Amino acid sequence: MTGAVDETPRVRTLLLEADGWPGHRAGQHLDVRLTAEDGYQAERSYSIASAPGEPLAITIERLEDGEVSPYLVDEARDGDTFEVRGPIGGYFVWEDDGRPVFLVGGGSGVVPLMSMIRSSSESTPIRLLYSSRTLEDVIYRQELDARAGDRVEVFHTLTREQPPGWAGYARRIDAEMLREVAWPSAEQPHVFVCGSTRFVDVAADGLVALGYEPLSIRTERFGATGG
Amino acid sequence: MPQISRGFHGRRSEGPSDRIPPGQHLVDDFPVLSAGPTPHTPLDEWTFTIQGGAEPASWTWDEFQALPSEEITTDIHCVTKWSKLDTVWKGVSLDTLLGLVDHDAGYLLAFCDGGYTTNLPLEHVTDGKAWIAYDYDGEALEPEHGGPARLLVPHLYFWKSAKWVRGFRLQDEDEPGFWESNGYHILGDPWLEQRYWGD
Repeated sequence: MTGAVDETPRVRTLLLEADGWPGHRAGQHLDVRLTAEDGYQAERSYSIASAPGEPLAITIERLEDGEVSPYLVDEARDGDTFEVRGPIGGYFVWEDDGRPVFLVGGGSGVVPLMSMIRSSSESTPIRLLYSSRTLEDVIYRQELDARAGDRVEVFHTLTREQPPGWAGYARRIDAEMLREVAWPSAEQPHVFVCGSTRFVDVAADGLVALGYEPLSIRTERFGATGG
Repeated sequence: MPQISRGFHGRRSEGPSDRIPPGQHLVDDFPVLSAGPTPHTPLDEWTFTIQGGAEPASWTWDEFQALPSEEITTDIHCVTKWSKLDTVWKGVSLDTLLGLVDHDAGYLLAFCDGGYTTNLPLEHVTDGKAWIAYDYDGEALEPEHGGPARLLVPHLYFWKSAKWVRGFRLQDEDEPGFWESNGYHILGDPWLEQRYWGD
């Protein structure tokens, strides 16, 4: 571990230097294995946040009853070492072919989507619909603000609490929101949806109802446990 | 010898070690993992089909429900590292289904609503090792967990227990399915930690 960035009170990005790392594709994850002094081991998977070719970074949300995530968010520090394995995954990955990309993220589900945004070419249109509980919980907020423009459009929804004068959405993701934000299905964008099970189901079902081909919607779900 | 992670103690409230494969941890809930949207196939359009035998075999939902069923209590292990103990299912054994088909195949490729497939050697799905399950915990299997029916092959990583299964094709050759073509192990034995290509 070579560095860390506090993203929100519960979320931290770790910068890693991995000997022999073969490189990754946007959307892939890696496995972390921790070993206690008595040999006890725990393994979890985390999405890669960095673009291919950039210094390797993973972003981790601390789960209150988690075993590995509290260690990585609160305890690990520069110079620590732990085992990583990867990259892993051959389906929730994106190759930039210039076609528009629609990204739908809930909470820390934005992490693999950020890798895609960071690696996109200057001409690839991207829309991100990103659901967070509060403004404070928005991961990569400054970077998203800085990247947002004509090519990268960012739509936030804050489900629990909104600051005064909030101009974004203020409810859980729903079919109407998707209809307003998504490109028409006829434009055949790539679609990646990542978040909790319920979030992904609502988003994926909503996109199917809008006419998106089910096989064109790539999803990744995480449960309430696992960290 | 793996490197010690400074300050890591672990929670290790982890249940019987002879039931938790390497790298797995216990969960109490039932996480969902799927590659795409959840299909919703009405029961009156649902069929289960076995291809590749001397004669194709097919059952409607009602016909399938009329087949002899078993209750199965088993541990399940997901490649994303959670394990869940003593899950209770009801379904039809593949021994029963394959007993109704004349064939000399060595493998099957299961196919599902949503376009997903998974491959299995027949020796891993016979002699009481695999079922087509349609009840979970005494209730009809919910769509997000693979309902109306899913494969249940609990001694392999759970992606082999394909959701929304609609049948399988009996084959002479082992042909990689969806996850097996996307970086995951061709067999997936959790006790050998066969997670990914190269394991």
